[in-house]
Amino acid sequence: MFNFKHEWIEKNVGLMLIATMIAISIGGLVEIAPLFFIKETVEKVDGVRPYTPLESRGRDIYVREGCYLCHSQMIRPFRDEALRYGHYSLAAESKYDHPFQWGSKRTGPDLARVGKKYSNEWHVQHLNDPKSMVPPSVMPRYPWLLTTALDYSDVAERLKALRQVGVPYSLTQGEYDRNVKDFGADVAKMLHIPDAQKNLIAQAQAGNFDGDRSNVSEMDAVVAYLQVLGTMVDFSKYDNDEFVKFR
Amino acid sequence: MAAVGVAGTDQYNFDIVRKFTIMALVWGAVGMLVGVYIASELAWPFLNFDIPYITFGRLRPVHTGAVIFGFGGSALFATSYYVVQRTCQARLFGDGMASFTFWGWQAVIVLAAISYVLGYSQGREYAEMEWPIDLLIEVVWVTYLLVFVGTIMKRKQPHIYVANWFYLSFILATALLHTFNNLAVPVSLFTLKSYSLFAGTQDAMTQWWYGHNAVGFFLTAAFLGMMYYFVPKQAGRPIYSYRLSIVHFWALSFLYMWVGAHHLHWTALPDWTSTLAATFSIMLLLPSWGGMINGIMTLSGAWDKLRTDPIMRFMIVALSFYGMSTFEGPMMSLKDVNALSHYTDWTVGHVHSGALGWVAMISFGSLYHLIPKLWDTRMYSEKLINLHFWLATIGTLLYITAMWISGIMQGLMWRAFDDFGNLQYSFAESVAAMHPYYAMRAIGGMFFLTGMLLMVFNAFMTIRQANAQGARLEVSPAKAAA
Repeated sequence: MFNFKHEWIEKNVGLMLIATMIAISIGGLVEIAPLFFIKETVEKVDGVRPYTPLESRGRDIYVREGCYLCHSQMIRPFRDEALRYGHYSLAAESKYDHPFQWGSKRTGPDLARVGKKYSNEWHVQHLNDPKSMVPPSVMPRYPWLLTTALDYSDVAERLKALRQVGVPYSLTQGEYDRNVKDFGADVAKMLHIPDAQKNLIAQAQAGNFDGDRSNVSEMDAVVAYLQVLGTMVDFSKYDNDEFVKFR
Repeated sequence: MAAVGVAGTDQYNFDIVRKFTIMALVWGAVGMLVGVYIASELAWPFLNFDIPYITFGRLRPVHTGAVIFGFGGSALFATSYYVVQRTCQARLFGDGMASFTFWGWQAVIVLAAISYVLGYSQGREYAEMEWPIDLLIEVVWVTYLLVFVGTIMKRKQPHIYVANWFYLSFILATALLHTFNNLAVPVSLFTLKSYSLFAGTQDAMTQWWYGHNAVGFFLTAAFLGMMYYFVPKQAGRPIYSYRLSIVHFWALSFLYMWVGAHHLHWTALPDWTSTLAATFSIMLLLPSWGGMINGIMTLSGAWDKLRTDPIMRFMIVALSFYGMSTFEGPMMSLKDVNALSHYTDWTVGHVHSGALGWVAMISFGSLYHLIPKLWDTRMYSEKLINLHFWLATIGTLLYITAMWISGIMQGLMWRAFDDFGNLQYSFAESVAAMHPYYAMRAIGGMFFLTGMLLMVFNAFMTIRQANAQGARLEVSPAKAAA
């Protein structure tokens, strides 16, 4: 009755298009679609918040310079990585990362928990001239970060775009109130888009990341971003194997 | 134009094939030059010269874009347009549309390279192009699909030849992958900057579903299409097993799409996904080797050609590297091996044994077969083809050997403990240990690039020689024909 012959497909381009489309669609559907619906994919954990306007601009520069091509931001659950980098990375820790920056190569070390490990001065000196801090380093020097003023004129626009893809920056009073509830008042203020520029300048002034309070440089933004990496979750609040069930 | 050239303009559209062939050579030279440069930057970092536009981070996507999409893409456009016309015995559908795919695709490569050095990047490997370029790719690609399917529909043969299945699968899969991996919201209509629609884990999964299938379909299925036409042609023998080609075509198309998550072993991606990917990666060995066996065995009974024909040598060595890297891949997707190999140079070496050994070598072989046909002449120098073959082979071996050593050494140094249970090496010590191998890799790349430049020279002289012959012929017979 139903006597399938491969010849049918070989002689009919429409059939071939359909059959091929089916063959190549299944894998992606099975592996990607459920990640949006299975709740345990991204665990619930306290402390993870969207980046402040300054950190977010720093992240833009991180992407611009292609840092992800040599630095990962994803610590694996191994003893050596725990000693070298710290607690293994959680899915929740990059849930506001558009795009993700897990990376695929460690020409340089992992940066997922580099925040607060070194002083601001160390980072500035290192980005300016990596060999001066780490003699065998093969990292390029980034002197222009210190001399280029950060363009923050469109920071509100950028946060709006991030809000559209689901990062909880607030535009309305209602959204602001929700953020106060979710992240606390201090963080919620930083996430309010109408105040983005003001907050960016204030954080750069207060943090003094590049050692020069008179202006906001690209270095301010990059160092602010690096210093927050991996510091949002307080792991001392959790049992050692709390997160194993999510893996 | 010579006699066949004239006939060609009536029966077939070879003009578009010639254009893409030339650009494949140009992008090959440019992309490999940039590759050698960034490899040298890692060995000798002063080469970054404190110039933002040429730092490793900005040039690396220029390299991958120029070799994958510029060289590989142009070679695929050229050969697919040639193969589909020859095997369907029909002229390409839509001259204007085909011409648009040429100019559109070249614009994509140039715009992407310019935007990268200026610092515009989506931050997704092999998909760094920002949204306006992505839209242009989308339009070019749909046009490509229409031209290709339109030509198949005009065919004078009842059967669609097996090479065209692979090209078709590659065109469909690339459209699917490109569309979903590049979903993003631009900051405004007047800036290039955008943010991806997905975040974190889901974004990672989407990117590596794309990333590995850029390898699976763009760099494998499509080049198998190339193999299925040019290897039998060059060998002068039919494909070894038609049945094998059917089985391995469907298995390859189905299985590849599952394996991307093996790039995310031991990460925050759920275990079920990466385990599934590892399982399918092992299974993928079978259709991969099915293709390799089908290609190599096509030569059975004509093995002596390997002694005399450098083009055949390119093709068989390409298939051998294909077999080797598709064994290495499933092995590296085992979680225990991956724990060592991931994040190291071993991955880079693996990619290049596929990219240099398989993709570039099968392209070189096919283009050396194609160029004399397109310009109706002989290659300017057979000796140079042979020299190119040896330079390419030695270059590839130097490259992947260097990366095996440095990759495994990195992996072992990172996980080494001393007698007191502390980490034995600082990260910086592992960087210092890499230097000789980074230098060796750059030298391997230089060998490969030199071979590529010889090919450009050889092709240039061939075309010049063809034009000179054509001009001589035009004096009498061409006029008479007109």
